[in-house]
Amino acid sequence: MTISSTSRAGTPTSSASAASAASAAKQGTQIRLEGVTKDYGLAAPAVDDISLTIEPGEFMTLLGPSGSGKTTTLNLIAGFETLTSGTIALNGSDVGSLPPHKRNLGMLFQNYALFPHMTVAQNVAYPLKERKVPKAEIARRVSEVLDLVQLPDRDGNYPSQLSGGQQQRVALARAIVFNPAALLLDEPLGALDRNLRAALQTEIRRIHREVGSTFVFVTHDQEEAMNLSDRIALFNSGHIEQVGSPEQLYREPDTLFTARFLGDSNVFDLDGAASATSAGWDGRTWSIVPGTVSSHPGAANRAAVVVRPEDVRVAHDPADVPSGSNSVGAVVRDLEYMGSYRTALLDLGRVRQLGRARVDALDSTFTVGDQVTAWWKPERQRIVAA
Amino acid sequence: MTALDEHETANPATPAPAPRRPSRRDRGIDPIPWWLIVIGAVVALYFILPTLIVIPLSFSSASAFQFPPQDFSLRWYENFFTDPIWLSSLGNSFLVATLAAIIATVVGTAAAVGLDRLTGRLAAFARTLLMISLVTPAIVVAVAVYIAFLQWHLTGSVFGYVIAHAALGVPFVLVSVTAALGGFDPKLLRASASLGASPIRSFITVTMPLISRGVLTGAIFAFVTSFDEVVIALFLRSPTFQTLPVQMYNSVTFELDPTISASSSLVVVAVTIIFLVPLLIGSRRTKKR
Repeated sequence: MTISSTSRAGTPTSSASAASAASAAKQGTQIRLEGVTKDYGLAAPAVDDISLTIEPGEFMTLLGPSGSGKTTTLNLIAGFETLTSGTIALNGSDVGSLPPHKRNLGMLFQNYALFPHMTVAQNVAYPLKERKVPKAEIARRVSEVLDLVQLPDRDGNYPSQLSGGQQQRVALARAIVFNPAALLLDEPLGALDRNLRAALQTEIRRIHREVGSTFVFVTHDQEEAMNLSDRIALFNSGHIEQVGSPEQLYREPDTLFTARFLGDSNVFDLDGAASATSAGWDGRTWSIVPGTVSSHPGAANRAAVVVRPEDVRVAHDPADVPSGSNSVGAVVRDLEYMGSYRTALLDLGRVRQLGRARVDALDSTFTVGDQVTAWWKPERQRIVAA
Repeated sequence: MTALDEHETANPATPAPAPRRPSRRDRGIDPIPWWLIVIGAVVALYFILPTLIVIPLSFSSASAFQFPPQDFSLRWYENFFTDPIWLSSLGNSFLVATLAAIIATVVGTAAAVGLDRLTGRLAAFARTLLMISLVTPAIVVAVAVYIAFLQWHLTGSVFGYVIAHAALGVPFVLVSVTAALGGFDPKLLRASASLGASPIRSFITVTMPLISRGVLTGAIFAFVTSFDEVVIALFLRSPTFQTLPVQMYNSVTFELDPTISASSSLVVVAVTIIFLVPLLIGSRRTKKR
């Protein structure tokens, strides 16, 4: 089934009141990691000296390939792993030595981790019971939060009677019903199919907005990260490569790793270090404009030019290239039809280097084998550390 | 009860929490062929028949063993329930088996939970140590226990019986709880911890309910193991304290009195009922879901 955030739109008032009840109690918590390290005694530490401050109410995504340390970092915050060194503080108070059940953090797991011997209502009531909340209040809060996740009439069902998407909604309700200091999400959509993922992403964003507490979300899916996050911390082999808004990471990557991990990019490894105004690639000289050079210290030594395919245009006649643009000659190797546009795969002459450029879907003047000039505005490129 | 049922429920250590498997038809598997049912029935009879002969025997009126019985009579049951020696040994057996099962269940469950996610030599060694009474000849255990208990003045005491029998029951609990834990998702404990439950609360509210059938199965095996244990009990008996199997053994060796067939029948019925309990509880729980 696909989820019905629209067809259930008849209940906005009840979910709004549930949200205000939830957010009134606690408005976001700051999570500060300083010098956080986890070393299993292997070749390299799983998490190596990470410092990151997650602001109150922020939706922070820890993004990275598998084995990059993002899940370990989340488990360190949750308390499921012990720190090798460093500190973790919630709103300024050190929680590094607290066991998980005393940290007051909600958690969402990839496999839902619902208690199979309890009904939906019993699952959601569990954290309240453990906190000895009075019965009447438990009943009220359980029904409020089930409204919030739009599962109001399933309270008597067992988890095995629900679909995957519904189970994750129950898990979400259970993880926020006790107003945790923050919600940690460990690839919660990983087990769901594509349509359901999209629906639950919308749902998670809405609930983050309504509850207003700090969310820390782990994923390896860059689209999911871009779609959901206020900020993304991009992990690479145990350290944080770059932190910033999705737009910053996409438009202003500091390193080649970031540029390659988020979206498609054309990468030109420069012949030497870039100067303030120009850079050389394969005998050409390209101009550089201020504000497009990464401040990453590595960029001073080895740099690369990164251009997104949507910023690259192709022209048959070099005379059609606007002055002030950077350009490179190419042969069209292939054209991929993407619906609203086409992507041209460009042979740039250098061994094994292919470029990508965006071509209007209706422009039928280009065919495979054409000699063309690929060009872009220097303000659309980015000089990164290679 | 057909051979098919026997087959489906043969392994009592199957973990309870997993949803019941769909029927063969639902899974698209061919029905069981007739010859397999016949073989199953023959094997089942082979196991059950000796036990079933004792029941008609107990209703005979003859004062010697006679099969098939000529006349129907309840005199041996009357004898059993009026003789203080038979009655007290029955009571003793229940007492010892109950206490031994409780201790074996607590120890075996704790061991199974503790060893569950441990690998490595030490854990393997601990596991072997706990299972060792399964493979040690009963007479060896009995002699060793007897010599030790003589020194500690534990022969003929309830406590002595209980700890000796509890040790015999631990492996059964360990095996059935370990099997139950195999179907238990350890992520649930992370979930309960994140929801504010201490490790002990998590064990009580999450682990225990989900492995309860394994625990119950183990407890029943431990109870029955103690209830029909005769070798150690023979060594530990005293004039004032003996268990039912010892009394039955006495009755065969010294009196050859058909009261033993009445008591055997009672034991068979009692043990059968005890083994049926988890099955009944299981099916009721399945229906509820």
